[in-house]
Amino acid sequence: MNARLQYVLRLADTSLVLGQRLGEWVGHSPALEEDLGLANLSLDLIGQARLLLTYAGEIEGRGRTEDDLAMGRDQSDFLNFALVEQPNGDFGRTIVRQLLVDAFQLELYEALQRSTDSRLAEIAAKALKETRYHFRYSASWVVRLGDGTEESHRRVQSALDELWRFTRELFAEDEVDREMAAAGVAPALADLQSRWSARIDAVLREATLKRPADVPYSWFGKCGEHTEHLGYLLAEMQFLHRAYPGASW
Amino acid sequence: MYTQGLDSLGKDALHVAKADAAALEARFQARVDAEEKIEPKDWMPDAYRHTLIRQISQHAHSEIVGMLPEGNWITRAPSLRRKAVLIAKVQDEGGHGMYLYSAAETLGISRDQMMAQLLSGAAKYSSIFNYPTPTWADVGAIGWLVDGAAIMNQIPICRCSYGPYARAMVRICREESFHQRQGFEIMMTLARGTPEQRRMAQDALNRWWWPSLMMFGPNDAESKHTAQSMRWKIKRFSNDELRQHFVDVTAPQADFLGLKVPDPDLRWDEATQHYTFGPIDWTEFQNVLKGNGPCNRERLDARRRACEEGQWVREAATAYAEKQRQRASQAA
Amino acid sequence: MFEKEWPLFEVFVRPRSGLEHKHVGSVHAVDARMAIEHARDVYTRRQEGVSIWVVKSSEVTASDPSDADALFEPAKDKVYRHPTFYAIPDEVKNL
Repeated sequence: MNARLQYVLRLADTSLVLGQRLGEWVGHSPALEEDLGLANLSLDLIGQARLLLTYAGEIEGRGRTEDDLAMGRDQSDFLNFALVEQPNGDFGRTIVRQLLVDAFQLELYEALQRSTDSRLAEIAAKALKETRYHFRYSASWVVRLGDGTEESHRRVQSALDELWRFTRELFAEDEVDREMAAAGVAPALADLQSRWSARIDAVLREATLKRPADVPYSWFGKCGEHTEHLGYLLAEMQFLHRAYPGASW
Repeated sequence: MYTQGLDSLGKDALHVAKADAAALEARFQARVDAEEKIEPKDWMPDAYRHTLIRQISQHAHSEIVGMLPEGNWITRAPSLRRKAVLIAKVQDEGGHGMYLYSAAETLGISRDQMMAQLLSGAAKYSSIFNYPTPTWADVGAIGWLVDGAAIMNQIPICRCSYGPYARAMVRICREESFHQRQGFEIMMTLARGTPEQRRMAQDALNRWWWPSLMMFGPNDAESKHTAQSMRWKIKRFSNDELRQHFVDVTAPQADFLGLKVPDPDLRWDEATQHYTFGPIDWTEFQNVLKGNGPCNRERLDARRRACEEGQWVREAATAYAEKQRQRASQAA
Repeated sequence: MFEKEWPLFEVFVRPRSGLEHKHVGSVHAVDARMAIEHARDVYTRRQEGVSIWVVKSSEVTASDPSDADALFEPAKDKVYRHPTFYAIPDEVKNL
């Protein structure tokens, strides 16, 4: 698979899987207002995924549509970060996961606006507006929960401690990243990491949360090596498409 | 403004002499007859206020509970487009619930009080949402039939006498039309699809037709509240009128889809220019209302769980805001 | 379960530049910042707004309907405030 295709799929699948996870919350959130808020995030992410998957299909050149890619691939072909396939857990866990991804996407889309790939730049410009709001939303909630009650503080600190090991993958540079950076398609990961880190530190400080120590942990969802959770997520997402092959919906 | 001013209104009302009360009622009815809108701080009969609280909160509860049968299919929607549309629809329903809770709060009840009534089982919500959605076709059927029936009920309420309720309904009706269209589009795609898809669509129609007719409520003869609600212009058409209109509009749509309505007595009457249709099983309706429908327990359990599991979140937000306030006043 | 309810905020949305903010309903939130976020999610999903105001419901002062006569009747007969009160011949333009 060529590097550009892999790179685009990483972005697409990350948004898709995260959007899918957030979709699970609708009707079950702590307050009606959060049902609407999380649904809004989910819609934005699925929208990004659709644009990116369509572009990926074009790069691939096999005539595959956004649905062929979303509903027809097996998990080893999915290139999302392992962070986003982690289960929702409680609202605190979901919002910590969201913060970690939002800060990343915010910096990424901002940089991608200057990509030599004009299609990616276009998609990034649109996604950036959405992601600014996502970051505001998740950061506000992490602060409220971190600096709320003893219970809320305990819950989000433990969520942060558990999810931190998955952040390593976001900045672990591989051949694809190097090739895309060299071509001016993607920003250098080192730059991204320092900006991401600064944003996260600012939020954690305000939230009175402790930044966990880095862990030499390696899941490489971006290379198709996933945790056990993705299998179940895909089984649910792809079921109808696979149970009725060839049908239009 | 809305919830505070009403306390003083209540106290004043107690001291009003009988003759004055009659005069107030007469003036109130004259305003309603003249199609004037009643706004939150206006004088209104207690019975009017209570009827509205009951009706608006029931309507709000229905929207919220209604998020569940369809929300059930968000993670399994068969295409990304369908997934996005379904999330948007369910999100709208949550929003509609919020517009309606807002409107009800202008009458002196709080959102938390209404939620408590729902979760304890004291408040009712539309019977239709106590039915399960085992297949994707159910999502189509709900959009086509249930939202279709809801729209028919709701459009007249856009002209109801109580301002906040009427305005909420205008907002809701504007958003609702896409709901019905997306449902019909799903049914059309299935009806024109593979034999399995056609069977799925017919099966969904078989299960949702009669509960949709029941959504319009009991026959006019059995309906307790109708007469007074019509006089107060809270209700603009009777249950039977609306139900008849629904059948007249929807039966041809089923024909278009090539699906059969599960009513052997359904036929077009050239003389009356209406469809005649078979008898409704009111015992099923009564059972579902009493809490013995297929999903009553599941729906309320889901809402209760969401509430309980979310309590620590709400408390944390409140605690944080309090801390911020204290910090601000100390800094000042 | 509902001991400390989130306070109620009234929401006003300006649909486009050039128009006033219009009252659209209310939201519950712990503070003004959250109220803006909630108002945005509830009342502007269809691009209905460029600006949102939120005001705690308890901070709104409303005129008393029973004072409506005193407050608003006197304006009724001051019709000279309305442009249609003045008869201007059709030939005169730009008035």
